[in-house]
Amino acid sequence: MELFEYTASQLSGMLREKKVSAAEVTQSVLDRIEAVDEKVKAYLTVTGEEAKQQAAEVDELLAKGEPLSPLAGIPLAVKDNICTKNVRTSCASKMLGNFVPPYHATVMKKLEGCRPVMVGKVNMDEFAMGSSCETSYFQKTANPRNLDYVPGGSSGGSGAAVAAGEAVLSLGSDTGGSIRLPSAYCGVVGLKPTYSSVSRFGLVAFASSLDQIGPLGRSVEDVAMLYSAICGYDPMDATSAKREYPDFYANLKADVAGKTIGIPEEYFAQGVSEEVQQKVMAAAKVLEGLGATLKTVSLPSTSYALNAYYIISSAEASSNLARFDGVKYGYRTPEYHGLDEMYEKTRSEGFGDEVKRRILLGTFVLSSGFYDAYYKKAKLLQNRIGEEFDQQFESCDLLLTPTAPDTAFKLGENMGDPLKMYAADVCTTTVNIAGLPALSIPCGTAANGLPIGMQLIGPKFSEQTLLNAALAYQQETGCCAVAKL
Amino acid sequence: MLNPNYEVVVGLEVHAELNTESKIYCSCKNAFGLEVNSQCCPICMGMPGTLPTLNMQVVEYAIKMGHALHCNIHRICKQDRKNYFYPDLPKSYQISQFDIPLCETGYLDVLVENPDKSSYQKRFGVTRIHIEEDAGKLLHSANIDGSLVDFNRCGVPLIEIVSEPDFRSSAEAHAYLETIKSILQYLDISDCKMEQGSIRADVNVSVRKKGSKEFGTRVEMKNVNSFSAVVRAIDYEAARQIEVLENGGEIFQETRRWDDAKGENVLLRSKEDSQDYRYFPEPDLPTIVLEQEYVDGIKESIPELPNIKLIRFTQDFGISYDEAQVLLEEPEKCAFFEESVAKKVCSPKIICNWMVGDLTKYLREKKLSLGDTALTVDAFTALLKMIEEGKISNAAGKQVFEVLLTQEHADPAKIVEEKGLAQISDDSALQAVVDQVCEANQKSIQDYKNGKTNALGYLTGQCMKATKGKGNPAKMKELLLEYLQTH
Repeated sequence: MELFEYTASQLSGMLREKKVSAAEVTQSVLDRIEAVDEKVKAYLTVTGEEAKQQAAEVDELLAKGEPLSPLAGIPLAVKDNICTKNVRTSCASKMLGNFVPPYHATVMKKLEGCRPVMVGKVNMDEFAMGSSCETSYFQKTANPRNLDYVPGGSSGGSGAAVAAGEAVLSLGSDTGGSIRLPSAYCGVVGLKPTYSSVSRFGLVAFASSLDQIGPLGRSVEDVAMLYSAICGYDPMDATSAKREYPDFYANLKADVAGKTIGIPEEYFAQGVSEEVQQKVMAAAKVLEGLGATLKTVSLPSTSYALNAYYIISSAEASSNLARFDGVKYGYRTPEYHGLDEMYEKTRSEGFGDEVKRRILLGTFVLSSGFYDAYYKKAKLLQNRIGEEFDQQFESCDLLLTPTAPDTAFKLGENMGDPLKMYAADVCTTTVNIAGLPALSIPCGTAANGLPIGMQLIGPKFSEQTLLNAALAYQQETGCCAVAKL
Repeated sequence: MLNPNYEVVVGLEVHAELNTESKIYCSCKNAFGLEVNSQCCPICMGMPGTLPTLNMQVVEYAIKMGHALHCNIHRICKQDRKNYFYPDLPKSYQISQFDIPLCETGYLDVLVENPDKSSYQKRFGVTRIHIEEDAGKLLHSANIDGSLVDFNRCGVPLIEIVSEPDFRSSAEAHAYLETIKSILQYLDISDCKMEQGSIRADVNVSVRKKGSKEFGTRVEMKNVNSFSAVVRAIDYEAARQIEVLENGGEIFQETRRWDDAKGENVLLRSKEDSQDYRYFPEPDLPTIVLEQEYVDGIKESIPELPNIKLIRFTQDFGISYDEAQVLLEEPEKCAFFEESVAKKVCSPKIICNWMVGDLTKYLREKKLSLGDTALTVDAFTALLKMIEEGKISNAAGKQVFEVLLTQEHADPAKIVEEKGLAQISDDSALQAVVDQVCEANQKSIQDYKNGKTNALGYLTGQCMKATKGKGNPAKMKELLLEYLQTH
């Protein structure tokens, strides 16, 4: 077994037992990138030299016997919309193709103290808008489980890198399913944390009220390890929750016995493939076998969630992306006459079609005369959806649904049909709308050989319950392996 | 003069920069006049991924103004994004407040001066006060093709005070603006430096036939950069609108730009071109929720405001509008006046006369503030008491006053003694002088009796001369008149 194939928790033990060095682990992952990224195309920037330097520092500290975080020396890939000081942060857009932030996102600052080794920045849908990682200006990432298929989006690079062994852990961001969908498509574990539990400072905003940074890994332990390091109150983010955050990794234990798991019937309806429904229900039976109680429940507003999601997220995006105007940083059109033309050409040339589509949609729903009909109604719906979840959590500890209605689709298959593309998010957007935590974990393989993911949803700040239940399932069914490439 | 058949209707939107220590959404210093782009950070420059956090001092200052203008304070309110593109606005949206401002529905009592120097009190409605961030500044240089942007002002906290359309003349608008400015200064929440743009006004003007209940179509004027320009801009715009209407034309809702140098305005944009700002709640900032005790606590900290003082001074002390304005110019001067009055050893009127006259003249000449002088309330009022009681003359008082301004711990009584300035008020001593002067000037006495009353002035002067200026002039005049009647 190669070093890049181990999980973070395994490597963490091996590093402490001096069985391997951080330099060796990092080199193994860098070699893997060298070997397979030509096919997978997960990375936009590989920071090999800096990674080796960081690994050497970890080895030095290990030799001195300094107390270190379990993350120390673990190779990490970071989605390219999370600001990394002095390392290009492009959001996979021509608009920010030359943008090098002079500051770290809060999550990167927190990780500095934990000393994981950042090996590079990974691909995504442009400005995190998309479900396939195909809207990137730079390249299309392939699904390591089958290179003809998409890895899912928008954190496609994060999911693909972890599945391909090109990183042990990765950071993604999730606005409507962007961590969970690639996790399901690539067959890895991903956690979308409770809104407000991870600082958004330094995450280039798509939809401020829905965005959340979260971890992806090949095991539940790994995801818990990274989440524990990045969560917490941040005075730089006014929406961040001021509360005590336990050590989710240290407190992790396989435990689902006695929990009531709700199965919302709306998530097992038309549009969700038979195969996905069967696999997720089979997983439910496994959990039942571990001592959980299953209960059919109803979330009647689910069918409206996708509409509310696209209104709210596009409205916020139209405003958040207005700052990319060619004045201060990023792309500026080379030739223009006057200010208005500079704006028009810069934004026409700097943004891709999907981003423009969302900006147009968002601008429309906020326009005077349409605000009440769209944005205001969507916000009312948001309250309703939140209330329906709250009601179910009075009698359920967790909810179980498919992560996506089907397995990954082929590269290019949905690019001509935005609505079909948007439908991939139908099981995940409700969670963002309600600000809840949710975890996607593989629950088997479809006949086409592609992985299927199931989604565990909990009430706000119930990450420990989610992780414990997922670990119980993982111990029963096995951990995900690195894709053969 | 405006056509007397018409009435002008004005509403004002005042933007005032608050003098908080740091900016509204980041920790950059809130300072003016420093090196270009030296007072900004990734947050106020709207760099990708950065987030705003609200400076609560801004909320406190805005609530102070809200209380001062008798507003309802919304303990629960929100911030909104106003979206538009301009190079001085780095995020391409301004964080402001849209439908739920921090303060709403207040009023301001203002004393307005008539052209004949009489004055009347009027209450103007205040629609709302909200908090928002300022934008940067574009710089133009002949040496550079294009424009440069200075982001230092980005994120400087502003309050916008929106009035009801309650002003019926440019004089009313001017009095209101002066009052707003003095309140901001008394609360010490804004530097109010017009030349630095720390207080600015947008002016809405319409006209209607006298007696009409309906408002006319309003025109908004931008770029009105001083209070005196507000007066000129209103008078110009009202005259323009009346002329259009009198010629059978129609007024359109539009925005015009005031050019104070040319004394005219030009069309900036018509209603059709008005921007859709697509306001929506700022998702990066949570709802502002304030405790009742906090809001009440701020109210208790507010001193009596200058507009109320103005009304009180003119009504209670017999002080004119102009004199009161001079006393109210600086909070320090006003406090000195009130402390002096509170001593109750001399009349408010004489305190006012000396403060508005000699003291203000001295401070202006020397470019000093009151605190830079050695003058104390005790010494000042003791001096004025001596003058009022006739112990020293006004002229002698001036000599003492000069010492009090420069010499610490000076005792006016001692100075009078040392300089021999005491007035002769003793009847027998003065009678002797009067008798002596009258005998020596029989011609003047004849002149007086023949109706030349100015001869009395001459005789008084001669008496003063004989006492080397120390004779009590009132007493002397009394004795002279008595002599003239009995001889």
